[in-house]
This record gives sequence, C-alpha cells and structure tokens, in this order.
Amino acid sequence: MGRLLVRRLGGLATTLLLSSLVIFGSLYLAPGSPENVLFGNRMPTAAARAAARHRLHLDQPLPVRYWDWLTGVLHGDLGTSMVTGQPVADRIGAGLSTTVLLVAMTMVLVVVVGLAMGLAAALLPGRVDAAVSTLTSVSVTVPPFVASTLLISVFAVRMGWFPASGLGEGLGGRIDGLVLPACAMAVLSCGFLGRVTRNAVREQLEREHVQTALVRGLPRLVVLRTHVLRNALAPIVTAVGLLTAGTFASTLVVESAFAVPGIGQLTIQSVAQKDFPVVQAVALLLVGAFVVCNAASDLVQAVVDPRLRETGSTS
Amino acid sequence: MSTEPLLELSSLTVDFATEDGGSRTLLAGLDLTLAPGEALGLVGESGSGKSMTVRAITRLLPPAATARGAIRFEGRDVASMDAAALRAYRDGGVGLIFQDPRAHINPTKRIGAFLTEALRHNRGLGRGEALARAEAVLAEVGIDDPARRLRQYPQEVSGGMLQRVMIASVLLAEPRLILADEPTTALDVTIQREVVAILDRLRRERGMGMVFITHDLDLALAVCGQVAVMYAGRIVELRSAESLHERAAHPYTRGLLGSRPAIDARAPRLTAIPGRPVSAFEAGPGCAFAPRCAFATRACESEPPQLVPFEGGLVRCARVEEIHAERTDKRTSKEATA
Repeated sequence: MGRLLVRRLGGLATTLLLSSLVIFGSLYLAPGSPENVLFGNRMPTAAARAAARHRLHLDQPLPVRYWDWLTGVLHGDLGTSMVTGQPVADRIGAGLSTTVLLVAMTMVLVVVVGLAMGLAAALLPGRVDAAVSTLTSVSVTVPPFVASTLLISVFAVRMGWFPASGLGEGLGGRIDGLVLPACAMAVLSCGFLGRVTRNAVREQLEREHVQTALVRGLPRLVVLRTHVLRNALAPIVTAVGLLTAGTFASTLVVESAFAVPGIGQLTIQSVAQKDFPVVQAVALLLVGAFVVCNAASDLVQAVVDPRLRETGSTS
Repeated sequence: MSTEPLLELSSLTVDFATEDGGSRTLLAGLDLTLAPGEALGLVGESGSGKSMTVRAITRLLPPAATARGAIRFEGRDVASMDAAALRAYRDGGVGLIFQDPRAHINPTKRIGAFLTEALRHNRGLGRGEALARAEAVLAEVGIDDPARRLRQYPQEVSGGMLQRVMIASVLLAEPRLILADEPTTALDVTIQREVVAILDRLRRERGMGMVFITHDLDLALAVCGQVAVMYAGRIVELRSAESLHERAAHPYTRGLLGSRPAIDARAPRLTAIPGRPVSAFEAGPGCAFAPRCAFATRACESEPPQLVPFEGGLVRCARVEEIHAERTDKRTSKEATA
C-alpha cells in the first residue's frame, strides 16, 4: 500500500513535468505574442517592441525561458502575468475556490443521481430498468455546452429561478449562481455513472459468490450490501475519478458560458492573450487535478479490492 | 425414531425457457427419498440434470427455469416457503458445497469473513466467537495454521485448500442435509480423495444427510449408501452402492462401469459408450439412451420405459429381464469353455 502511494506520487511529478514542457512548447509554437495584447491597437516602434519583449524575457531562447520558469515555480514563484502585471498566484487564487466549489457541487449531483439511477435500473429489472436506460442513453448525448444553453434559456431566462451569468454575494449567492453550471456539467456524467453502476451491479448479481451468500440464508439486503455493492464499487470508483477529472476540464466551457469567474474562464482568457505564466499555471493545475483524481481512484480501488494490492507471499 | 424422510422429491421436473419463447426440459420427473443421516450419490454425465436437481432443492434455479413437482424437506414443501422460512431452511437445513470454490467465494473478502458471515448475520454470534468456531472447523477439515488462514484472501490459498474452506463453511452451519455438487471436480486427483474422505468422515460424525453429485461413479460408490444413475434428466438406475458393481442392470450403468480403468489389471483399451450424452429435451419419445444402447430394439425408441424393481434396485429399461438373461447365459458359457 505504501509502495503504491510512493509510486503514484512519483508518477504525478513526472506527468506534471512532461505536461509543463508540452504546454510551454505549444504556446511558443502558436502564432501571436503577448506584447501584441499589451500594445493593443497602437503600432509600436521597433525599439519599443524590442524593449517590451526584453522586459517580458520573450527575446530569450525557449530552453532558457522554460528553465527560468521552472526554477521559479520550484521556489514557489509562479511569476507575474504578462498582461496585467499581477502575480499569477493572486489571479489563480481568486478563481480557484469558485472552481473547486463548482466541481464539488457537480460531483455530489453526479454521485447521488447517477448512483440512484444505476441502482434502480440494476435492482428493478423491467419497466424501471427500461425507463432509466432510456433516460441515461439520452443524457449521455448532452454535452455540457448544449446543456448550458438549454438550462440558461429555461431556468434563467424563462423561469428566472437562477442567475444566467455571474455569481452573487457570499457563499449562498455563489452556490445559487453555480447551480445551473453544475447541472450543465452533471447531465452527461449522471447518465454515464448511471450506466456504469447498472452494469457493474448487474454483473455482480450474476456472480457465483452471490449465489453462495444467498444459499447460506443471508438476508437479501445483507447480500446486496456486503457482496454485490461492495464488489461493484471498483468500476464505479474508477468512473467517478475519471468524471471528476473530466469535470475540471469542462469548467473551461461552462464557466465561460455562465460567466463564472473561475479557473476555467481564466484559462480561456489567458490563452487568447498568450499570457504564458498564467496559462502555464492554470494548465498545470488542471493536469494536476486530472492526475490526482486518477491516483485517488486507483488508491480507493486498492482499498476496495485486495487483489490489486501487491502482497508478497502466496502460500 | 420417526421414519419421516429428510428429503423427498416427487416427480420433480425442471423446464428452461429459451429465448425464442420455447421451453426445454432439463429434468423429467425425478422421484427420490433420502432418510436422515444417509448419503445418496447422483451420478451422470454433463447435461443429465444433476446440477439442476440441487439447484431446485435449494430454490436457486436461474430465473428462466421453473420447477414442477414437489420437494419436501422434513415434510415441509420447499416451493411454498416464504422468504423467512426459506432463509431458515437455507441456514441449518441444507448446505450447498459448490464445484468451483474460486468462483463461489467472494474474492474481495478474507477467508475469516467468508466463514463467519452466516454465523454473525443469521445466528447473531459476536465476531470473536464466530472466528473461534471457524478456526476450530478449519482445523477439523485438515488445514494447518487455521488462525493465519482466516486472515488470508481466497487468492492466497490453493484450490484444494479453498474447497476445504468451502466445506468448513457448510459444516459451520451444521445443516441436516449437505448437497455436494461435484465438490472435487476442480481439484487435482490426489487432493480429490483427501477432500472426499474428510467430507465423508465429518458428515458421518455429525449424522448429516448428503446428496453427492458427481460424474465419477467410483467416488460415489466410496461415500454413498445408495447411488442413482441419471441420464437425460431421468434416473435410469437406483440401487445400493454395495450391489451396484455386481448387479448393475441398466446398459448405461454397465457402460459406465466398463469405461473405468481397472486398478488391478492392465486394460489395453477401455470400453467407451458410443455417441454423446443427450439432455432431456433432446431425447426422443422412447428411451433416451436407446440411440447409444447396444441392446435397443425398435420398441425402445418409441415406448418410454418405466422405473421398475429389479434385483433389489430400480431400473428404467424395458429389456432388462432379457438382457440379464443373455448376460447370465454368456457368463455360464464362458465359464464352461474356461
């Protein structure tokens, strides 16, 4: 168990390092440059442009810039935004809590609704199963950006229950503003988790060891809890891990659609402005979230299923 | 002492609904009686309906299968039991030993948890007491260092040991009837005998009844007082284990006996029964064994034979008297030439 943890942490560091290289390189190769954003519509002189490029270290070769950035990050300095001049850490800090709250709300919705649908479909074959299966197969075809427009036009514009964009004051206001974005991301994921849960539980119900438990006279609820659900947990945990990571990525679209001031919106803005340090930091944050989610689901799997643990003796 | 049978099956029939809406008969009218503490062997090839019989007895038939006829355990009708009665019947009434312990024991739980879950949930025993009992029974089925085994996971022990764990789990519930569904088929031949011997000894000590299902006739003869030979969902011969060797009358039983290698003589070639075994739904209107039977006449293929008493047992063969007469003739003529 300990070895598994150490190995996963090592993998996390390697993944972050490699992805930082890729992100840095792709920004460098993409057309456009941050100083154009600074100058806006003005046409600067060649000297002014050169001075700006020097100030932003854009005149240095890529490896040198990457190295400077990397050593800075390892010393806890994420750099300053090339566009606004603010420290990157401040810009990210402002949006991070919002995005984390949004992802958390989404995943609570997904886990509660998705599990409920999947369990209902698995345990009540026939009409319930057919109804839930229809619902989930429709919902997995609704990507967040489609759900966003639908939810805005119905619940924000027509009904006026929730704000169409932006967040209110305080935690209550923030939650109120995040309900629709969370729902927009949850639609597809609920359907996906529902299907995974249904299939995992169905598969376990047919397992021979469940028959053993039944033929020993154990109550049906005990068999369901301690054998069926317990063993179906592994694929469900994997799915939740993947969906959480995917939800972080979906915030890019949904936060822009609902004008939520989170990391997702900041990413889109910074890419448009070629603001290297900010893009680099938020992209790494997203990669980190992805890797952490996967590692967490792997660790939970190992807790759930002893066969995935590395045990020494087999006598 | 009461003479009420422990288990009584009367015209037990199991039909299987096929996906195209039809139905296939897997078990075609089974009559069996087992007295308390006795062991009965159910012997037959795959598809003969042995496993369906135990599944029907424990009400563990797949959803597509329906059972007709009556199953009575200690006089009570099993089919009409409600959920609570069924649980009580499964806990302490019957115990089922499955063929493949690897698949039939939850791989994510420790052996200790597997052995104690029924005691804790059904009998309300505490964890410590349940584990102590489990440890004692593990030692009885011949497992070394039982305390350590309780902490291991199923994949950490061998198949032979896991089957002993399965047997221990059934013994822990102290059922009046053990159903053993090919308990040793998944094991090495050397371990088979050992496991069967343990099962046989502990069953006798505790006075439990047993239905022992196997395709190995010798194994059944070794541990059972009575043996029922099944073919295509029907019993074709039922007699005591001692008399089966000498008096086997049904051509199928004799074919099975002839197809085993002898331990004391070198046989250059074993006699095989020609053809392949059929299931009940594949059989024609007459005797299911007729197409493979060397003694079959045209009448055998159209007229279903009844189970009739013959030389102390029951035999389902229309020509049993004639065949027997032929056999005694041959034997006497052989003796005369020798």
